[in-house]
This record gives sequence, C-alpha cells and structure tokens, in this order.
Amino acid sequence: MVTSMRQLAVNQRGCISAVTASGELGRRIRDMGLVPGTQLMVVGRAPLADPVAVRMKGFTLSLRNSEADFISVEAL
Amino acid sequence: MAQTIRVAVSGQPNCGKSTMFNAITGGSARVGNYPGITVDRLEGIYRENGHISQLVDLPGTYSLTSYSMEELVARNVIVDEHPDVVINMMDATALERSLYLAVQLMEIGAPLVLGLNMMDEVRRSGVTIDVDKLSQLLGVPVVPCVARLGQGRKELMQAVAETADRTQGKWTPFRLSYGPDLDPILERMSRAIEDAQFLTGRYDPRWLAVKYLENDEQVLAEGAKAGATHDALLALCAEAEAVTRKNSATTPDAIIADWRYGFINGLIKQGVVRGSDALRRNNSDAIDKIVTHKLLGPLIMLAVLYGMFLVTFTLGAYPQGWIEKGFEWLGEMGTTYIPEGYVQSLLVSGIIGGVGSVIGFTPLICIMFAMLVFLEDLGYMARVAYMLDRVLRIFGLHGMSVMPLIMSGGIPGGCAVPGVMCARTLRSPRERLATILTAPFMVCGAKTTAYLMLVAAFFPDNPTRAMFFVVLAAWAFVLLVSKLLRSTMIRGESTPFVMEIPPYRLPTLRGVLLHTWERVWQYVKKAGTVILAVSILMWAVMTFPELPEDTVAQYDTQKEQAAEQVKAAHPDAGEEELATLTEDAQKEIEDAQNEAALKYSTAGRVSEALTPLTNLAGFPWQANIALIGAFAAKEVFVSTMATAYSMGKVDPEEPESLSERLAADPAWSLPAVLSVFAFMLLYTPCMVTVVVIARESNWKWATFSVVGSLCFAFVVSVLIYQVGTALLT
Repeated sequence: MVTSMRQLAVNQRGCISAVTASGELGRRIRDMGLVPGTQLMVVGRAPLADPVAVRMKGFTLSLRNSEADFISVEAL
Repeated sequence: MAQTIRVAVSGQPNCGKSTMFNAITGGSARVGNYPGITVDRLEGIYRENGHISQLVDLPGTYSLTSYSMEELVARNVIVDEHPDVVINMMDATALERSLYLAVQLMEIGAPLVLGLNMMDEVRRSGVTIDVDKLSQLLGVPVVPCVARLGQGRKELMQAVAETADRTQGKWTPFRLSYGPDLDPILERMSRAIEDAQFLTGRYDPRWLAVKYLENDEQVLAEGAKAGATHDALLALCAEAEAVTRKNSATTPDAIIADWRYGFINGLIKQGVVRGSDALRRNNSDAIDKIVTHKLLGPLIMLAVLYGMFLVTFTLGAYPQGWIEKGFEWLGEMGTTYIPEGYVQSLLVSGIIGGVGSVIGFTPLICIMFAMLVFLEDLGYMARVAYMLDRVLRIFGLHGMSVMPLIMSGGIPGGCAVPGVMCARTLRSPRERLATILTAPFMVCGAKTTAYLMLVAAFFPDNPTRAMFFVVLAAWAFVLLVSKLLRSTMIRGESTPFVMEIPPYRLPTLRGVLLHTWERVWQYVKKAGTVILAVSILMWAVMTFPELPEDTVAQYDTQKEQAAEQVKAAHPDAGEEELATLTEDAQKEIEDAQNEAALKYSTAGRVSEALTPLTNLAGFPWQANIALIGAFAAKEVFVSTMATAYSMGKVDPEEPESLSERLAADPAWSLPAVLSVFAFMLLYTPCMVTVVVIARESNWKWATFSVVGSLCFAFVVSVLIYQVGTALLT
C-alpha cells in the first residue's frame, strides 16, 4: 500500500516509491539519500508530533511533516 | 625534493573532518574568512619526508550543489584554486550517503583520497568494510581512520603525497552514466560546450552539462553571461525534461540523484560492506527515547539550557569581575600618573573604559562557546532543533534559533554578543538572519541593571512582576518582529529542515578548546579595533565642547566659597576632617557642574535638539541623553542618568538613591515610564553587538539593525505614550 511518509507510525517500516518535491527541497531530500528504493523506518516524532525522525542507510534523519508529504512510501 | 602540495579537505557535516584536519595540521591551523561571506576558512601546514602540504579545510556539505553558501564555497575552492589533491573524509557508519559527496568530487575530477572515518564504531557494530575492494572499485586510495584518536593521519598524508606524485596536477573527471534517457542528451550538450569553448576555462564540459541538467543556479547565472551557447543548452535541458517526464514522470535532477545513488548501491552490493543492517537502531536511538521523549525531552532541554545559562553567567562573573577590576586599576593608575587634562580623560574614560567593557565579555564568550561546542559536537543541539522546530517555525525561525535567543537574554542577564555569535549553528541563512536581528531585543545583563533601577523607581510595590512582564514583552517582540521580518525584508520559503540527527559522540577536549579559542580570539581582535574607535568618539561627544571659561570660573568660585564656609563653621576641625567636610560641601556644586557640562556637550545638544521628536514619546531630557550614551554599552544608561540627575557617580549595582530621585520627578508619568521601558528594550543594540552583527552578517544588515531598531522602537514608544496619555486624561 502506497501512502505519504507522514502517515507512517513510529516503528513502522517503508520503502520509498517516489519523491515528488522539486527545487531546493527536492535536492536536499535526495542529497540525504531519500531516493526511490530506499528502505526506512520511523524511529520517533518530536514532542509536538512534528518533525519526524527516520532511520535509513545507517543514519538518522529528521524532516518536517510538510516535507514528508512529498515522499510516497510503500508501507512494509 | 621539496615540493608544496595544495590539499583541500572536504567532507559531510559530522564526519569528523575538522578533527582530522586538526590532527593533521597540529597547532598550525589559522582561521580566516572567505571574502565577503561569513564561512570560516581554516588553513594549516603538514610536513613529512620533504613534502610540504598546504591544507585548506572546506565547509562541511552533503553535496556540491549551489543551494547553500557552504556548498558554493566548497565547490568554488575546488574549481578555482585547483588543489593538487582533495581529501574527502567519510563517516563510515553512513557509507552510502558519504559516497554521494565522494562521487561528485570524482565527477569534478580532482585527484581524490578518501579517509574512511569512524572505523572503530563500524567494527564495534559488527560490520566489515572491505577497504581494498572499495578502493579498487572507485580507483581511488581509501584510508581507514579513527580521527578522534589520530589514527590514519600518517597513512592519509602518505596517500596524498603518492596521489600528488602520480597525477602531477592532472585532473581526470569521472564519467558516471545517468541512464538511457539522459546520457545521449548529456553527450550532445558536452559536444556543444566543447565546440563553443563555453566556460571550458573553468569547468569540465561534461560536468557543466550535468550542472545545467541539475538546474544549478550559480552555473546558470554564469552561463547566461557567457554567450549564446547558454540558450542552446537550455533548449537541450527542456528536451531532457520532456523525455524524463514522459518516461519516468520526474525531472532530470531527480534522475541524476537516483543514478548516483544507484551507482553507489551497486558498489556496496559487490561485497564492500558485510553484516550491516541499515535500519538497525544504535545506542543513540535508545538514548533519544528519553532525551526526545514527549514530556521528558522538553524538561531535559529546559534544564540543559537553563544550566548552560547559569554556568555562563555565574561562573563567568568571576573572571569578568577580575578583568573589570584590572581595568579599574589601570584607570586609577592613569588618573594618578597622567596629569589631569584631555589625555588623562581620553585614556581613562574613553579608551580604558571602552576597551575594558569589551574585554570584560571574553570570559562569558569563552565559557559559552566551550559549552556550545561541546553540546554541538556531542550531537545534542540537533535534538534541540528537532524538538523546538514546530514552535519557532510559526514565527519564521528555526529550531536552532532558541539557543541564540536564550543566550542574548531570553533569561534576563544574558548578553547579545555571545548570543548573536552562537547563531552560527543555524544552517538556514534566512532564519539565521532573523535570529541575529531580533536576538538583541532580549533583556541582556546591561539592560537588566537599567530595568532594575527603573523598576525600583516606578514599580516599587511589585518589582518581580514588573521584571517578569519585561521579559515576556521581550520574547513577544522577538517572535513578532521575526515574523514581521520574515514576511517582509527576509521573505522567502523557510529553508528545508531536512537534517541529520548525528549519533551521540563524545567530543575531544582538544577540539572543544581549539574551536573556543578561535572564536574568542576573533572576537577580541575584530571587536576590539572598532570599539576602540567608537569609544573615543562617544567620549568626545560627551566631553566637547566644554563649558565656557567664565561658567567654569563661576563654579570654581562657588566651590571656594563653600570651602571657606566650611572652614568658618568648623574652626577647630583637624586638617583631615576639614578636607572631608569640604569635599561633601563641594560635591553638590560639582554635580551641578557635571550636569551643566553634559548638557553643554555635543551629546547634550543633540539630545536637546531631539526634544521636539522625543516629546512625542514623552521622554524626559535626562532619558534622552542616557539613551544616547547607552549605545556605547547599555550599562551607561544608569551612570548617565545619574550624571543628568546630578548625582555624581552612582554604582550601577546599587542605584536605589537614583531611583528615589526619579520617582520624585513629575516628568515620569506612567505613559512616559512605559514608553521608555519599551524603547530601552527595542532600540539600537549596543555598539559591541552591532560590530558582532556586522561580522556575522555584513555591514548592510548591521546598519539595518541600528536604523531599523531605532525607528521601530520610536514608533512603539510614541504609540504607547500617546495612547496611554489619551486613556489617562
């Protein structure tokens, strides 16, 4: 099932199917390794539920929910 | 054979690049600035076996696009300074992401040496990295390192020397395939570039073509100026976009990133890494369960921030006190040994007083930076940003803005100088600027003395509540003004937050000390020179012109008369007793003379000339002149008020008697009091802060800070006074 990354619950895993952001945001997202085919797991959310912390490629990344909206994931 | 190898050290943030740079260069590193921007440029030297290597430390970047100042600087140093070898430090625990930068460096073509850092952590987590295999697949030397322990330093520099010998300064750009959609177009673009000799003096044709497809702002701007080939290339870019949109519903830059990561993935899958699980949680994730917990997280954060604040300003108070005592002593020596006159007055009141106030801050900066560097290197500041981002984003700020705001006086007693300086941790330029420009509104230590005096005068019944209200107002103004700035002057999308949360790593003592020292020295050097000049200016403005001779003569006569009266009244007093009594009797006259002199000076005249304007805001003339003086340092407010209320010298720590005088002056109506309160909070930062703002941004923004704050403060004060007066009558 493909959803937006925002929908993933803590401890849920997913695999990126598409990144639809463009411009600076798109570049930054891709630079950090969020490209299609990447497996990830949500490891936490900030106290106000935003931003979200994601484990991937051996490191932890955080991004805002509004940024996660541009990333579609196949929930695993 | 002695030859100099020019080496650039690159790497992603948190990869241990600076640690390795320091390990290689020892104490030889020197900080400079890249011209026109505030990114530090560190340079150092390494000698071994007759080779001399000149190293320059590039800013940490994840990639080599042109979106941030750091990336642009890193790229331009490589392109323009054409180093003989580029060292790329990599975080081996995040090998894939680290290789993303390495591949881009290979595409530029600079001879590369890879330093695979954090190998101890990799081993501990049970992962094996086949270094030889990686080196063979990339065709680049790879050296395993543990920078924290200095391991791999020699081997790395050995590889640098060998690479320099082998390549002899010749660059061979690596040609990465970007797939069937883009490769043919890239080919056509490269050929067009070569045929027209389009920017080939600076860039490799194929690299330039890739940058065009990536829509790189800097390269496009340069190309637009360089000639007609630019349009031909743009047409080809449009063609490429049409193809990628049709075949994979995305843009060329996305395809490029995908293929780069695809290439890296392919490398790793050939047996470079064994036993890894990219999604496995590490110890840091376990710690973060508590440190970023919904309830505990904010509590711990408050405790840490408050603790830092407390340590900075309680511990720092001791050395600050010593330094101030030292300068006081110096001032006394000046008063004693230099004959009375302009030279003495200039040296003692102007130079020693002014420079002393600047040097007095250095202990605070030392302590604050040491702790900040520690928390930053530990990885805690990233967690703070993560937790607070949601709140600060509403006002156009960034999670990282909280530290500068608190340091500046978000808890009263801070200081905007270290506050503005620690805004460096912000990687987003717009948010950083908004933070720097608004942080001086906070209630710094100097403003606190002024407020204590004013509060004691006008709100004696409930001073605590009044102070609390002042602090709340400061926070409200900071947030509202940054919102205002971010929707006008510094408008623009918020910079993407996308941020690595690095694993907790204990920083090295050496690294912390080195970084702290660099900052402090720069502060002393830069701030010292400008402030010396402004101190002299402020002194002159408050001293000249002097009272005309006949006026001075009148005061002298009065003093003599007073002395004679005292003598007459106490015919049998001893010499010593008589001297004390005379001094007491003359004090009032001297105070009156000081008041007259201040009124007569340029500062006094300016404040007099400003009265029609400041009457709108209801300032009494004494406040006018004190506010002008307080530009030098906000503490001056209290002492100038004292002179203006002809009280002679008042100890800023114990201003009760001045408060009584103020309370008795009918010019201070409630609206006038509130209006001065607001003005004090919002107007021009003190000169030390202005200099630091200029250093951290540029003089344009520093000027804006001076003029903008002044106008804003005036408007707010006038509003408060006029509305207040209308309501009360």
